[in-house]
Amino acid sequence: MSLKAFHIVFIIFSTLLALGVGGWCVWVDLVEGAPVYLAGAIASFASAIALVIYGVWFYRKMKRLRIIT
Amino acid sequence: MEIPYTISTRPDTGLWNAKVGIWLFLASEVMLFGGLFSAYIFLRLDAPPGMWPHGLLNVPVGTMNTAILILSSVTVVLAWAELKMRRYRRYWWYMLATILCGVIFLTVKLVYEWPQKFEHFGAYIKPQALEKYEQYLGNKHAAEKGLPPRLEITGHLHNREALTNPNIKEYEVALDPVNADPTNPAMDRPHFLYVPPTDKIGKIDKEDVERATMFLPTHSAYFASYFTITGLHGLHVLGGVLVFIYMWLPVSKKVYQRNPEHLANRVEVCGLFWHFVDLIWIFVFPLFYLL
Repeated sequence: MSLKAFHIVFIIFSTLLALGVGGWCVWVDLVEGAPVYLAGAIASFASAIALVIYGVWFYRKMKRLRIIT
Repeated sequence: MEIPYTISTRPDTGLWNAKVGIWLFLASEVMLFGGLFSAYIFLRLDAPPGMWPHGLLNVPVGTMNTAILILSSVTVVLAWAELKMRRYRRYWWYMLATILCGVIFLTVKLVYEWPQKFEHFGAYIKPQALEKYEQYLGNKHAAEKGLPPRLEITGHLHNREALTNPNIKEYEVALDPVNADPTNPAMDRPHFLYVPPTDKIGKIDKEDVERATMFLPTHSAYFASYFTITGLHGLHVLGGVLVFIYMWLPVSKKVYQRNPEHLANRVEVCGLFWHFVDLIWIFVFPLFYLL
């Protein structure tokens, strides 16, 4: 596996982590009712979206540059 | 004699040699960390109620470190892409960013997270003495709420010499909030944010203590696994940073000028290692900090 392919795998795992952290924050907020966790959830879900956008951008860039064949 | 297949692919494997080498190395690393993660999971599953600390790590700091490592993976892959496009100057900047991310990660670990643990104290109370420390443990309240029993009193140890001096008969501890006010419903759940010890001093007779240490690997199976896994991971980060510094120094420019593809291949191999190290952290973070 090349670095670019491993990078895409890594971004997928990072996205899953961001979604997981977001879900965890929602859960803690429901249990504790602490707004700081809600802010954490929003930040985590926003990070997940940003990672997906970055992943698509990276894939297209590599393809455009013919680094991904 | 020139080392063969550093740039061109080897006919029988279809890869240049370093790539085969790094994947074999990473396979051994998977086994190493896989064994440690398995050990952690089994230790945790087998821990008696109240014997596995939870919520002791600072989640915002851990999250920040996770973001830094993810960012470093982005910068290293962009550094490699810039080399492929023969833009050395941009490569140099991305590589510098990667090094800085690695250094920040290690600094947070070694200057903030670990020392905070080393300064914290915990004393497990003997089962027959638990009643005596009910005011700090609040086990009747915990039983009413269906929570696991509290067996440990934690905080900042005022008389640290008590750990080594047998003539000192008690520990004086600035109690953590959970022991200062154990029946407060807010203490029924773990805290994932840093909460400093209170001003309330608790006195614990040494003869009532089963074992007492600072938050070191000797404290519990939890901290033994925490320091082993994060320490080993930190050593990998340090190794990666040192190699990246070498790739960033002027010596890399000479390799680039001789054959840019050779440097690109070296960076790709190091980038694969770095991604693996970051991927390990993706598992370490939720396992230790959240769950």
